[in-house]
Amino acid sequence: MGAMALLLLLTVQTAPPRPVVVASKPFGESYLLAEMFAQLLEARGLAVDRRPGLGATEIAFRALRTGAIDVYPEYTGTGLLAVLGDPPRRDPSEVYDRVSREFHRRWQVRWLPPLGFENTYAIAVRRETAKRHRLETLSDLARVGPTLRAGLTADFIGRPDGLPGLARAYGLSFAEVRALLPAVKYQALAAGEVDVIDGYSTDGFIARYDLVVLEDDRRFFPPYEAAALVSRALAERRPEAVAALTELSGRLNVAAMRALNRRLEVEGEPVEHVAAGALADLGLTTVTAPATAAEHGREGLAGYLFERRRDLLRMTGRHLLLVGLSLAAAVAVAVPLGVALERLSRGAETTVRAVGLLQTIPGIALIAFMIPLLGIGVLPAVVALFLYSLYPILRNTWTGVRDAATDAVAAATALGMTPGQILRHVRLPLASPVIMAGVRTAGVINVGTATLAAFIGAGGLGDPIAAGLALSDTRMILSGAIPAALLALGVDAFLGGVERLVRPQT
Amino acid sequence: MRFTTSDAGPGTGPGRPLALDDCSRRLHEMKVPASGVSALAAERVSKRFGAVVALDGISLEVGRGECLAVIGESGSGKTTLLRCFNRLIEPDGGRILVDGADAATLDPIELRRRTGYVPQDGGLLPHWRVRRNVALVPWLRGAPDASAAAERVLRLVGLEPASFGDRRPRELSGGQRQRVAVARALAAGPEVVLLDEPFGALDAITRADLQSAFLAIRRELGLTAVLVTHDLPEAFLLADRVAVLRAGRLEQVAPAAELRAAPATPYVRELLARARVA
Repeated sequence: MGAMALLLLLTVQTAPPRPVVVASKPFGESYLLAEMFAQLLEARGLAVDRRPGLGATEIAFRALRTGAIDVYPEYTGTGLLAVLGDPPRRDPSEVYDRVSREFHRRWQVRWLPPLGFENTYAIAVRRETAKRHRLETLSDLARVGPTLRAGLTADFIGRPDGLPGLARAYGLSFAEVRALLPAVKYQALAAGEVDVIDGYSTDGFIARYDLVVLEDDRRFFPPYEAAALVSRALAERRPEAVAALTELSGRLNVAAMRALNRRLEVEGEPVEHVAAGALADLGLTTVTAPATAAEHGREGLAGYLFERRRDLLRMTGRHLLLVGLSLAAAVAVAVPLGVALERLSRGAETTVRAVGLLQTIPGIALIAFMIPLLGIGVLPAVVALFLYSLYPILRNTWTGVRDAATDAVAAATALGMTPGQILRHVRLPLASPVIMAGVRTAGVINVGTATLAAFIGAGGLGDPIAAGLALSDTRMILSGAIPAALLALGVDAFLGGVERLVRPQT
Repeated sequence: MRFTTSDAGPGTGPGRPLALDDCSRRLHEMKVPASGVSALAAERVSKRFGAVVALDGISLEVGRGECLAVIGESGSGKTTLLRCFNRLIEPDGGRILVDGADAATLDPIELRRRTGYVPQDGGLLPHWRVRRNVALVPWLRGAPDASAAAERVLRLVGLEPASFGDRRPRELSGGQRQRVAVARALAAGPEVVLLDEPFGALDAITRADLQSAFLAIRRELGLTAVLVTHDLPEAFLLADRVAVLRAGRLEQVAPAAELRAAPATPYVRELLARARVA
């Protein structure tokens, strides 16, 4: 008994602790802060597992709550309004007190002391628009809103502290509201496609495009103080990690953050370099940014891809793993199910339609549902891709087996083949081209959908796409999108070869 | 109506090797029935599909080695009746007797494997070569020489196995496909063959060729056959007796000459007049 306890104690003490899982949401500043967390932890001798670019608040917070990740940068205002569903409050310290108390009470999740800057929503227009309509405040905007076109992120359009609340507070309406990705909204505004966008007050793009940020004169937007949000497990069992992360508290300010974001988003410096430089400047680490930093962003796309060939190969391999596993599982389930449905006749169409409904669930929503069950990473991604692959394979199997050469099936029955023999020797061989068409459809769609796996930390070619979208880095987007497109072609060609093998000669 | 409850004749047991010569010899021996049992019989058979009455109390019988033609318009119930004989369709009322045994008591799969069947469209399996198509039933019955049996019946229907055995169905003409379908129906040496408008989709010359080939084969093997057709001249040419079906009811069953000489109903008379064979 005593020996066992001792052994257990030894095991606990000698087993290397699991790496601290550092995550971010998919936008530039979140990537940067997460990378700073990661480098700071590493500088203090702690192993780190990076999971940048998780879906959005819903996914990142669920992952933290369930212990799938340990820390990510979050904003107090988002916690108050989007997570707790509280009414807005004005005072920053009041908001921080409220979220830290409630998050701890409900989920034992801890907010570390704020980093020192606010990043609130900033409603921005072109300088020319501001001059023409004499816009300085959001109240001014409400006056001319019905003549302007807004391009807003989907997040902002949906959340209560976004457009719905803003419209109510100011009596604001627009001629048109378009949902735009963060990556394209600045270009859309600069190009005159839209007149008003939502940004973040620390965005590097505001200065670059010479935009006018309208003052929130009725103080609708609550304070959004950035802080590290830490999981229960880390807070309770890894005081050294919490201590390391707390070193950043109060060390950043809006001007410094805007400058860092500008280097990241406008000048295209790699996030590791920007983070390393920032930590060194704060005196938190002694490592200086590599000298090559300035050269980044100069070489062409081909050179960029070549330089990252190892990473790309690894990500392509991971992508193929996600697609291969999910597709194989879907074939193993949908083909027998389609065959069984053919025998069933009644209820078959209903079943196929029900499976088709899965197709209408947005990928991110499906993934968000699964986090409490499956955590983040490869498993939930494979399950989601599996569910999306079922429908085309099931539909084609059922249709193909049902409609396979009806006169041949009738004759085979009349001559004494059993239903099982007809299935094996007549229906399945004759339906195989149709079944394989379904598998190929599912395979190609799967390669595309698997890029969403990046949002739950499963890796693959979605990583550079998500990061590139967040950082407005076209080369980075292409470094994921081009291999993904080639992979789709390759998967289709491979499955075409399989089809030639299984399809009967007629 | 002749009917006894004596046991069914010696069916071909599953797994028993089948040689065509063997079968035909046995069939010839059986031409003289030991008992008075008909090869096939329908007793007051009725069948409805929803509100439609397909068969309305049909009674008839087919003697051993006899060819009965069943003639009627579309919807007269002739195909439904044919499909009752190998249990592709189960009657709602009445009985089907095969060799005196109630068909409902027979294993349908085994019954079909010992009954030849020729559909109108051939129904060949498009992904199988001719030899394999023809060898289907011997193969299903576990015959070790299924392929050899297939080649024998291919020769019987006038197709040289060396040049036709390895072709796919789509590489054949319509007439050749029907010859293959007939060969497939005969490959396991059945005593009874059911034919559902087997030559209906062929051009006149090809049809005449196949009809005479069928006539010769049937006489040689002494087959019992039920031939569904809508073509009265074909019925007269190929069948010993003709059954006229109309709206699920039997108008008349008689040998060709008797039907011609004494049509039992106005409908039969009209049928004869239209076919100009009276």
